[in-house]
Parts: sequence; C-alpha cells; structure tokens
Amino acid sequence: MRGRLSTLAAAMVIARRDFTAILFSRSFIFFLLGPLFPLLVGGLAGGLGQKVEQSASRPNLGIAMPAADVDAMLAARRALEPRIGHALPDFVVVRRLAPGETVDPTAVLNQGKSNLAALVTGSLKAPHLVGPAERIAQWQGPVSLVAAQALGDGPRAYPDIPLIATVTSQADDRRDRMHTAQGGQMLLFLLTMLLAGMVLSNLVEEKGNKIIEVLAAAIPMDAVFLGKLFAMLGVSFVGIAVWASAGGAWVLLAGQPLQALAPPAVGWPLFLALGVVYFAMGYLLIGSVFLAIGSMASTVREVQTLSMPATMLQLVVFFIASYAMTAPGSMVELAAIVFPFSSPFAMVARAAQDPAIWPHVAALAWQGFSVLLLVRAGATLFRKRVMKSGPAGAVSRKRGIFARLRRAQS
Amino acid sequence: MPMKMDASQWDNAADLASSLPERPLAIEARGLVKRFDGFTAVDGVDLSVPEGAIYGILGPNGAGKTTTLRMLLGIIDPDKGMRRVLGHERPHEVAHAIGYLPEERGLYPAMKAYEAIAFLGALRGLPLSEGRKRGRALLEENGLGYAADRQIRQLSKGMAQQVQLLGTLVHEPRLVIFDEPFSGLDALNQGKLEGMIRTLAERGTTVIFSTHVIAHAERMCDEVAIIAGGKVPFAGPVDVARDRIRPQVRLETRKLDGPWRAALPTDAHHTGSFWHFALPESGVEPLLKALIEGEAGILSLSIERAGLHDAFVAIAGEAAARALASTDNENHR
Repeated sequence: MRGRLSTLAAAMVIARRDFTAILFSRSFIFFLLGPLFPLLVGGLAGGLGQKVEQSASRPNLGIAMPAADVDAMLAARRALEPRIGHALPDFVVVRRLAPGETVDPTAVLNQGKSNLAALVTGSLKAPHLVGPAERIAQWQGPVSLVAAQALGDGPRAYPDIPLIATVTSQADDRRDRMHTAQGGQMLLFLLTMLLAGMVLSNLVEEKGNKIIEVLAAAIPMDAVFLGKLFAMLGVSFVGIAVWASAGGAWVLLAGQPLQALAPPAVGWPLFLALGVVYFAMGYLLIGSVFLAIGSMASTVREVQTLSMPATMLQLVVFFIASYAMTAPGSMVELAAIVFPFSSPFAMVARAAQDPAIWPHVAALAWQGFSVLLLVRAGATLFRKRVMKSGPAGAVSRKRGIFARLRRAQS
Repeated sequence: MPMKMDASQWDNAADLASSLPERPLAIEARGLVKRFDGFTAVDGVDLSVPEGAIYGILGPNGAGKTTTLRMLLGIIDPDKGMRRVLGHERPHEVAHAIGYLPEERGLYPAMKAYEAIAFLGALRGLPLSEGRKRGRALLEENGLGYAADRQIRQLSKGMAQQVQLLGTLVHEPRLVIFDEPFSGLDALNQGKLEGMIRTLAERGTTVIFSTHVIAHAERMCDEVAIIAGGKVPFAGPVDVARDRIRPQVRLETRKLDGPWRAALPTDAHHTGSFWHFALPESGVEPLLKALIEGEAGILSLSIERAGLHDAFVAIAGEAAARALASTDNENHR
C-alpha cells in the first residue's frame, strides 16, 4: 500500500505542476524577453552616449598654416602619439596656405562642416589658437608641444622605462573587493527584485479555480507554499540561464571584454556558487512573505495594489545590506546578516571581502530555518484567514484590509 | 413514499439497529468546535462513522456541514475537540487513503483531462505515470475516453465535474468525502453518482457526503448526522432517526364513532372514514384487541413509518426544516 507523501514530496508535486504550467505557457516567452528590452534600449542608449562623449572629449582642431608647417605639425603629432596620444587633439587640415595667403579663422569655425572645436593658424614659431575661450586654454599646452616637436625643439631621446608590476596594496585590495561585493550584491538585488514579485499573484489562480481546497485537503498547506516557491525559483533559474546566455553571446559577438572585477576573497568558483545559493535563499525568504501576502488577495487588482509596498520592502532590505557592506565587522553588518531578509545580500558581499567559509555555513542554515519558519507562518495564516466557509468567512472578509480598500476604491 | 411494514417491526427497529455488529470507525469526532471571529460555526459536534458505511451529513446552508468536513480533512483545525480519521488524529497522515470532492469544484483549466486526474492522484501519493494510465482508463470506463486529451477549459461544466470526481477516486481511497456532491448535477448525473457511491460502498469504501436534500440521504445512507446551527442533535442509523417519531396509524372503520373510540389515543383525528394517530407506546396488539372487542368494524389498518423529513422536523425543529427547504429552493433556482 502506498504511504503518505512527505512534505517535501508533496511540495515537489505542486512545484512540478506549476513549473511545467508556467514553462509551457505562451506568456513565458514574454517573461524571458522582458528584461532583454531594457537591456537592448540601455545598450543602444549607452552606445549613442559613448559616441557623443567621444566626439566631445576628443575634439578636432583644424589647421590652417603654410603647407610645410601643416606637414611638420602632422608629422610631429604622429611622433608623439605613441607616448601621449590620448592627451593630444586630432588635427584636421583645413587649408594649406600658399605664401602670402591668409585665412579668416572665425569664418572657418562658423562653417561648422568639420565639427571643429578650434583652429590652429600662424606658423610653427608663432602658432595661434582660435576658438571658444573656455576650451582653447586646455589645448594650449598640447598644441605648443606639437609645434615644438615640429620645430625640432622637443626631446631627442625617450628612455625605455621597463614596467615592473607590484602586488596591489592592502587598501587597493579592499577597494577592489568592495567593487566585487557591490557588483554581486547589485546583481542579486536586481534578480530578486525582478523575479520575487511574481510570487505575489501565485495563489490567485488556485483561489480563482477553486482548486485550493483540493490541495489543502490532500497535502499540508506548508507543502503547497513550498511547492509554489520551488516552482517559481525553478522558473527564475531558467530565466537567469537564458538571460546569462544571451548576455554571454552579446559579449562574445560584440568582442568587448567585461570590465574586470577583482577576485573575491573566497575565489571565483565558490563566490559564484554562493551567489546562486544566496539568490535562492533571498528569493525564498522574500518570496515566502510575498506568497503569504498575495494569498490573502483574491483578485489580480488586489495583487497589483500590494506590489508597491512589496517593492519598497525589497529596496529597504537592499539599502540595509549595502550600508552594511561599507562597514565590515561592525554591528551594522552583523545586524544585516542576522536579519533574515538582508542576510543573503550581506553574506554575498562578505564572500567578496572575507575568505572565511564557516560564516556562510551558519548563515545558510539560519536562512534555511527562516524560510521554513516563514512558510509555516504564511501557511497557518492562510488556513486561519482564507479557508473559511459560511457566514463566518463573510464576516471576516468584510473586516479585512482588502474589503476596506475595495470600499475606498468604489 | 412511506413504506408499509408490520407494526412489530417498528417497535424493535431501534433495538435492531443497536444490535448490529459493531464495525470499526472510519471517523470518530468528539466535541468539535470551530469559531471564526467570534462566530461559532461548529459547536460540539460528535460523529461516529463506521467503516464501509454510506454516511450523510444533513443540514441547511450555514449549518456547519462544510466546516465540519474541513476539520475532518485537516484543512482547518478545530478550536476544541478530538477527531480521528482512519485511526489518525492528524488527517494529513492518511491523506493517501482519502478522497475529497469539495462543493466548489475546480481544476486547472490548461490541464488535459487525464493529466488532471493523474495530478489529483499524485497529490494523494499515486505516482504520476500510474495516475496517467488510470486516468485514461477511468475516462474510458465512464464514456469520456474521447475527452482524455482535451484541456479542462474545453470541457463542459458537467464533464469537468466528472473528471474531478474520477480524480477524487483514482488512488482508490478507503474513505471518500463529498461536500454537496449532487448540487449542480442534472437528474441523470445525480443517478449516476448515486450508483457510483453505492458501488464504492459495496467495495468496502466508506462514503461520507453532506447534503441539504433529505431524499438523497434517505435513499442512500446507512447513517446520518443531522446538523443545525453548528450542533448535531442526532447522529445514527436512518431507521433510528425515523423511529424518533412514532409510526403513524391509519385506521378505516365501518362507523366513525362508538365505545371503541376510548381505545384511540387522544391525538387521533379523522379525515373522511379514516382515523389518523401515532402508534401508542403499548404497541398495536392492545389497540387491535380493544377495537375488535368494541366492534369497530375494521375495514383496513396500516401503520406507516415516519419519513426522514418528519424525523428531521422532530429532531432539528421547524426552523431548521424551513431553512433546509429554502436551501433546496435556492439551489434549484
């Protein structure tokens, strides 16, 4: 004879159903594409911005000098470029002047055809820089240097300077790891914020379909809650895998290396593994609260009303963890680690900054325990508040927060 | 239709019922109490449901039927009292041996019919692969084989209800609980469901169903619990419930009056040539003797057993009976 299902096995029955139902729904494709749109827009906007910035920060200086001087200036710039190229403006030949010929700099600059920021005229010995007052001062030195090089008055020899790399200082290490911690924390926050909100509406379907009573009669409500959380976590992992693959492909195709982050204190492999586990914990912790809150709502409209305070809660948690990261070892960090909702964020930052492993074992145990506690509390609340029948249920609904909201809205 | 039986049988009905061999209990509940925000929905309910019985919980809407069933299933916990289901005080421990069809039926609309049955079985511990096989077979047996691969949203309401019913039974439970199973079904499907319940009972499955329709309980149940205002004023065999009211005597005599009338109870009244009165506690023999000796000229005498409706009125009161009738009307409207 078959025996009863354990809570975990029962949760897996729910999780499997939800997971496949979401994965094979048409709306899932929109879920996957959703975050790619802002990334695409962001990428395009970033590219444009970069282009604008480039054109603003590397201006073109026009040259209108006697032909020999123009050639000498261009040759001098080429000679200097390997050493201080980034500090030199680009030159655009406006005119090679014949002997006795003059040019009206204002007229040239006003033409605006070549996007010239200023104009170099005169001769090598007495070059003039014509342009807006607020910008010409910064090019005075570089133009003078190029002119000197063109006249042969520059340095004759440049000694080789071998580069001897040293290990970074303690302060640098700490700063770089803080960047890694910040990156990890930000990624964790973005993913949790993006994905945990979905849990809010998770029980609305069951309540709408009236299937919730069948579930509650067959398996403990804890298993229903856990199963729903597992399913949504699974869906999130699928989403993250797709987005990460898309991001990786983009990087490969674009041929742009990602900005290098300093290796975290625990090493990259463990840091990434901990990142995945802390994401799961953060998701389950916040998700269990959202699930419980959402389970009290009976319509999608009510769920939408709830999404704002839910997002605010996530932001508060993130700010606590971010602040704690700047003060490792302080009471603030300890509080952020102990407070279950900020604990995953605080711990992922710690993994970047501190090589000790045992705090992670302890934190994960604590977070896991907190998940179970929250799921149990949510399930109990659900059974007490929602699974009613007859006039008593009606009384409680009239007194409920959503009923008051409905009355206020109507 | 009242049944006609020999009067002596009625005198001994209660004794007969109590002398039936004691069966182990599928469900035992003592003093169940449930309050919601100060409202007492169930107030000290006692139930003893023998294994293999068809047991009805009879009462109007709001009487506490669903709350009682939910407590028995472990959906909610009682505030007070004890429940033991298939020998376990925590019903979820024997969830694999229980089937439950709630009053408000529902399935996932995107699921295929056979998958829905398999899913309901999986919730009760039946492996999915086995559930799928049984789901298809059950649909086939019940004339719904053609709909096995259709999504629930593509089925009619009645078909979806049948799918859920099959899902309730797919794991072959020892105890099946139906909450108002006949509501929303047409007469044909009500008949089919009655047949299914009887078949289950014949196989030894305990069946409990709540209803507000006395005829269903009277026709099908071995035992009933009458519930009104959260209390159970009666629980036991249907015959015992009927015997709460004395059988009614219908006597036809050649003359309406005579010295023999002194033998009739004081509540006797006549319609045409018939006298009606409750069978005296002393039984039918002394009455017959007095009538014969008084030369009443008996043309016919019948003793009619009280129906469950009369018993319900006697047990739960007129108000509860009116509520029951209005529930029935509401559900038919």
